[in-house]
Amino acid sequence: MNFEHVAGKDKGKIRLFALSTCIWCKKTRELLSSMGVAFDYIYVDLLKGEERAEAIAEVKKYNPSTSFPTLVIGEKCVVGLKEKEIKEALAG
Amino acid sequence: MNEEFAEPTGEEVERLYSRLDKDARQGGYNLNQDADFVRGLVKGLLINVRRYGYQACPCRLAAGDKALDLDIICPCDYRDADVAEFGACYCALYVSKAVLKGDKELSCIPERRPPQEEREKIKQKQKAPGEREALGADIAKVALKLSLPVWRCTVCGYLCARDAPPEVCPICKAGKERFERFI
Repeated sequence: MNFEHVAGKDKGKIRLFALSTCIWCKKTRELLSSMGVAFDYIYVDLLKGEERAEAIAEVKKYNPSTSFPTLVIGEKCVVGLKEKEIKEALAG
Repeated sequence: MNEEFAEPTGEEVERLYSRLDKDARQGGYNLNQDADFVRGLVKGLLINVRRYGYQACPCRLAAGDKALDLDIICPCDYRDADVAEFGACYCALYVSKAVLKGDKELSCIPERRPPQEEREKIKQKQKAPGEREALGADIAKVALKLSLPVWRCTVCGYLCARDAPPEVCPICKAGKERFERFI
């Protein structure tokens, strides 16, 4: 999977599975950027074929309803723009 | 990750925005009061029309097959239940009166749409001959007494008695493919 990388403070592996048309995904991206952490994001709706299937399978592992945004911080998962939870997960 | 079609123009966004606003008011619904937020969602809807040929929810992953995505074509089948329970639909394009007045704050809305596997199971169950025949027989019993069949809009629950569903739901503007035979 080809993630886009956003540079920032290293807080471990942070992956954001998002949709390019989704406002909540955009807000989640902006929140991570404003926190200054390094993260990778991918727009699943723009993927095709095998890459898309692979991304969906990966999201499903953490979030069975395959909804977006799905944010995976290490092995912890936050579904949706939950600012408090995201901040807590990244506080340590 | 670029797409082949042109980005929706500001003019297109404004046009759809005002149509959705007019339709919403007419049907007793309300668009979110944050105009820029709505513009973002409307742009997503227009992108999805270009991409898939229909107005799939911008905050959900569409399959690209209209039959599979019917329930998430905006307004989605889950809007009314989410507006009633959480004050907004899943993407928050539509909000309740309480949210509009500022009496209730919006928070992250959980996904009500069942996962793909469950949706398939529900569809299979509906297609199963036994259930369908039983439902058909039940409908026939009541329908015998009616002069016309009754159709139900799966988006807003509007009912009408006529030979076939209307082209467009007069309440929520969903297309006729979103209607089911009710009685």
